Amino acid sequence: MDAILVQFLNGLDKGGAYALIALGLTLVFGTLGVVNFAHGAIFMIGSFVAVAFRQILTWESVVLSETELSPWGTALEIRTPYALEWFGDFGNILIDFSVPIAVLLAIPVMYLVGISMERGLIKHFYKRPHAEQILVTFGLAIVLGEVARTFFGANPIPQPMPEAVRGAADIGVLFGMAENAITYPWWRLIYFIFSLVVIGAVFAFLRFTTFGLVVRAGMSDRETVELLGINIDRRFTIMFGLAAVVAGVAGVMYTPLLPPTYSLGMDFLVLSFVVVVVGGMGSLPGAVAAGFLLGILQSFAAMTEVKEIFPGIDQVIIYLVAVVILLVRPRGLFGRKGVMET
Amino acid sequence: MSDQKKGVSRRRVLKTGAAGLLATGAAPMIFTRGAWAQEFRNNPTGSEVVLGFNVPQTGAYADEGADELRAYMLAVKHLNGEGDGGMLSTMQPSSLGGNGILGKKVTFVTGDTQTKSDAARDSARRMIERDGALIITGGSSSGVAVAVQALCQEMGIIFMAGLTHSNDTTGKDKKRYGFRHFFNAYMSGAALAPVLEAEYGSDRQAYHLTADYNWGWTQEESLINSTEAIGWQTTKAVRTPLGAGDFSQYITPVLNSGADVLILNHYGKDMVNSLTQAIQFGLRDRQANGKNIEIVVPLFSRLMAQGAGENIKGILGSTNWNWSLQDEGSQNFVKSFGAEYGFPPSQAAHTCYVQTLLYADACERAGTFYPPEVIRALEGHIFDGMGNGPTEYRAEDHQCFKDVLVVRGNQNPSSQFDLLEVVQEVPRAQVEYDASIFGGELGPYEVS
Repeated sequence: MDAILVQFLNGLDKGGAYALIALGLTLVFGTLGVVNFAHGAIFMIGSFVAVAFRQILTWESVVLSETELSPWGTALEIRTPYALEWFGDFGNILIDFSVPIAVLLAIPVMYLVGISMERGLIKHFYKRPHAEQILVTFGLAIVLGEVARTFFGANPIPQPMPEAVRGAADIGVLFGMAENAITYPWWRLIYFIFSLVVIGAVFAFLRFTTFGLVVRAGMSDRETVELLGINIDRRFTIMFGLAAVVAGVAGVMYTPLLPPTYSLGMDFLVLSFVVVVVGGMGSLPGAVAAGFLLGILQSFAAMTEVKEIFPGIDQVIIYLVAVVILLVRPRGLFGRKGVMET
Repeated sequence: MSDQKKGVSRRRVLKTGAAGLLATGAAPMIFTRGAWAQEFRNNPTGSEVVLGFNVPQTGAYADEGADELRAYMLAVKHLNGEGDGGMLSTMQPSSLGGNGILGKKVTFVTGDTQTKSDAARDSARRMIERDGALIITGGSSSGVAVAVQALCQEMGIIFMAGLTHSNDTTGKDKKRYGFRHFFNAYMSGAALAPVLEAEYGSDRQAYHLTADYNWGWTQEESLINSTEAIGWQTTKAVRTPLGAGDFSQYITPVLNSGADVLILNHYGKDMVNSLTQAIQFGLRDRQANGKNIEIVVPLFSRLMAQGAGENIKGILGSTNWNWSLQDEGSQNFVKSFGAEYGFPPSQAAHTCYVQTLLYADACERAGTFYPPEVIRALEGHIFDGMGNGPTEYRAEDHQCFKDVLVVRGNQNPSSQFDLLEVVQEVPRAQVEYDASIFGGELGPYEVS
């Protein structure tokens, strides 16, 4: 029972990441009709916003020691972060909370990244076949990954979570179990709640604002909205920026769980694309539901008891689900009839 | 009128005599250096010799590859008599004089393995066929090493492996033309086991998480054998997909498995992620069987340890070499490398540097670039002063035998590079094994 509960929790935080990326992916498809294979790269860029912010906070003043030598015979460098020199203890707090603060920084940065991507490249492919959109955005994803590697190197760069939320919560006690029966890392719980908040905010934005109303109308019937004199293209461009923000902040918050590398986007892209297909192309509730569903299924498939019956199932489970869904219900779980069914 | 003398000149007599001696096979030994001039691939006929450095320049191990390349360039400098000479002055015995190899200036070409076997073979083949590389060296993966080594055997080109830790490289997949200075999974297990027993006792339950590919399997097998030999029991060995990213679903079963040691048979990004996540799940804060749960990472790398950050602190593992070693050879190398690049070398850089010098020295001792003779010069060669104490290139499998370092993640690092502290320098005798246990055939000296 406790093993099942822990795997369920694993699935929730993993599913939260899938859902957040897939949400942006399906939002872009639903509004602009673009299959954006560079969306995983946006998640990766978000994670590097956190890295860059921490690197800025930990920029160091270097003083050469007059007495000590480095092991290779040059004067020893004595390094002190400027944040500590300038702000003292507050500097320490800034560094400690660099990841949550980077979320705020990532919102304008990722919005600009999204808008630049859409205006600079993707808008030229709106009327081209999906295969060409996939090729160009996949190429863009490779370029962005290599740019990240050039600036940050190929090794993972650890991003510590704030001291206050390190360690694991004793979940088992809440269910009347013995102490330490079920423990779960605080940050993973925070990530799950964070993903719910972001998903809720996106839905609320689309449901309860005039802007959201126009966007939803445009998604349903673009021509009619344009006939009413509304510049739907501009709104869809803004939605692209919003999708980039969602993926970007998801990337920032994921950094303590998975140290960022330039390949992070590719690691998540295929999974997220499968999530969108399973949920239904262009369906926001579908992306969220499928994200959590596949995250949970993937976790359960990794259980030893399951692998003993179906060896290797953990590596193929989500693709199996995708195959079954495509055979039984080609438009996905929540997809609209006629969208990507053939 | 001509001033030319007619008849037989002294010069013509000497020329004819020399030709006659060569033709009858009675050439003095001083003429033998070029004796195989027409008989092997990429025989350097000009004033330069080309070495092929095949390292990952893109992909997950690009940083490690970059460090290997730095070491190779430093080795080339030192071989050509530039810089401070590094380990040239500590290598014993040494035939190297800082005047290239056999009097020829050393140059190099590079290839990108991408840490993919096919790409690595393609780049090696390109360097051999197009650029005239006399040897291929480098790499950061056992899969790549085995693939390139096989190609080099076919083409009659010596392969001096870079970082490769699988038992297979000098075991079932060994080749006459392949040589490995780096240690292997068996040695990691043999070196670690006594230290693990001393630190954690002999009554332990180990749970293995293993990268699901060749290297992972051999390391898991070696660690299970060596830990069971000290009385530990293996609770479970679970294979994880390469590059899994999120290991949470594999780590959580460990918590309630009854195991009190988690052994992570992961390397690179997988190691960083699995170790980070194991710490986050509070594994080291928990107890099982009345003992603290411990984590072991059998193969450590400083470059990878940087990725794991603070999570590496206190974790035991093994490594081929560490820049903090105080022997003269290591210190010379660290000084050369640090002065050139501003930071200390990694173990990958060290093994690549040493391999280059060893190859050059073998050519000098053989008096030729002819591969079969260079191979014979390397086989059974015993040397010292290269950072690992007295070392032997065992003739039977082309595996170097030397001391192995057991290290621990440094609790109080003095710098961003001071991540590993040496717990014990395990003597060679403790990690040695019979060459026949891993099977394999070296193959012929002569290839067509």
